Amino acid sequence: MREKILAVIEKNSRIEIKELAVILGMDELAVANEIKKMEEEGIICGYHTLIDWEKTSIEKVTALIEVRVTPQRGQGFDSIAERIYNYPEVNAVYLISGGYDLLVSLEGKTLKEVSLFVSDKLSTLETVISTATHFVLKKYKDHGTVLAKKSVDERETITL
Amino acid sequence: MRIPLSEEVVKLKPSGIRKFFDIVHEMKDAISLGVGEPDFDTPWHIRDEGIYSLEKGKTIYTSNSGLLQLREEIAKYLERRYKVSYDPRTEMLITVGGSEGIDVGLRAMLNPGDEVLIPQPSYVSYEPCTIIAGGKPVIIELKAENEFRLTEQELRDAITDKTRVLILPFPNNPTGAIMERKDLEAIAKVCIEKDIFVMSDEIYAELTYNGDHVSIASLPGMKERTILINGFSKAYAMTGWRLGYACGPAEVIKQMTKIHQFCIMCAPTTSQYAAIEAVKNGDEDIAEMREAYNQRRRFLLNAFKEMGLDCFEPFGAFYVFPCIKEFNMTSEEFATRFLEEEKVAAVPGTAFGDCGEGFLRISYAYSLEHLKTAMERLKRFVEKLRKEQER
Repeated sequence: MREKILAVIEKNSRIEIKELAVILGMDELAVANEIKKMEEEGIICGYHTLIDWEKTSIEKVTALIEVRVTPQRGQGFDSIAERIYNYPEVNAVYLISGGYDLLVSLEGKTLKEVSLFVSDKLSTLETVISTATHFVLKKYKDHGTVLAKKSVDERETITL
Repeated sequence: MRIPLSEEVVKLKPSGIRKFFDIVHEMKDAISLGVGEPDFDTPWHIRDEGIYSLEKGKTIYTSNSGLLQLREEIAKYLERRYKVSYDPRTEMLITVGGSEGIDVGLRAMLNPGDEVLIPQPSYVSYEPCTIIAGGKPVIIELKAENEFRLTEQELRDAITDKTRVLILPFPNNPTGAIMERKDLEAIAKVCIEKDIFVMSDEIYAELTYNGDHVSIASLPGMKERTILINGFSKAYAMTGWRLGYACGPAEVIKQMTKIHQFCIMCAPTTSQYAAIEAVKNGDEDIAEMREAYNQRRRFLLNAFKEMGLDCFEPFGAFYVFPCIKEFNMTSEEFATRFLEEEKVAAVPGTAFGDCGEGFLRISYAYSLEHLKTAMERLKRFVEKLRKEQER
């Protein structure tokens, strides 16, 4: 039940409970309860909106930053990750396998703002060994949704 | 000048489905509920294999029967999914869509005057293909009170000493009806008793919503008297690839292959390579699409219930077949007014046989958002018609 609910609302968090219950063939109250439980358990962490900022007049710059750090005894990467994710301009922080340790996704208004954050705040953290900043030039697809083009129904008339 | 035309072909009626959709294309804001093909794109890994085959220069004919590797994979798939086993070398033919299998199969089996039993409402090609093959179509009118399943009695009543083939179109387009094991067992009994062959069109086999589809070929004594038609269009959203297959007794497949080799040569090579990937690694894609269709199916049935529109619960394909008899107009009148007044195109049930009168085919090969808009319009239309009737 949970799996099916999550699959639908991951793509459409605005769906009404009643409609969700209808399309899944489940009881409305049961669906509502399950969602509430998943919110309480922290499985559902929020209901965000996917925005293509490119189409607005608002300037935004996204950067992905590779960060190499020295893990701390007894804490591993958790405490440095926390230091980083507490900055509100940080969108996401992932611990990564491979050539570096943390991948930080950052959003700022301008290139300069992002650069300053990296040089002033991120690089100066004690355990940070090095950073490599990649600016996002274009988002083609985000959260499973293609932003680049709108799909149109091209199916033609046929005798079916 | 005398233009040579076959009288038999000239007499064939064109399909009634087209008419409405030609209008839809010209009408601004008009939306359709009429398309009978998946709204999904072919899953990428399948397309990728097609592209890869082109990159490798696989641009030549395959054998007439189709790539052996594809036939072997289909044999495994049929065994895995429907518990029916075919020899990929002698009992299988890769066709240009399921529709070629229907045509070639009937031509391979029929002699002049042989009767073919065709349950209706059903897909539009069985009748003309029977006629072109020299056979005589005998229509069995399925009934809403049986959820449009074929019953043993209906079958018995239609059989004469000229009956050769029964077409079994389930899961059904346009009704969405299915035949469960017990229904099929009753039909199989009659077919064996009366020595009748079955052409089972199972193109929608992967799209059932109350348990797995049962193939009549898997019932005892039926494999040897069944031509199974299936294909990739509906299950894998591969309509444009034009690929299907026919399985059956070697004697029939051999004759079918003869016709196929003379008029088609072989099915498209690129499509065959893509299909190998589909049938090997496509089960998850099918499950995902099936779930999406099922959600829409439930949405539509609930919408009909809320507006008080009579509709049996269909468990197959991607169609619902609501009854519009309460409005005292023909399906065609209803569909025409619905299109003109609410700008929604749905196919009148009569496009699939006279007994489709009083019904409408609504396809749910559309996004939920699209269906929602359409159902708002249908609700408004239905309420308007009811008010008119009160006067």
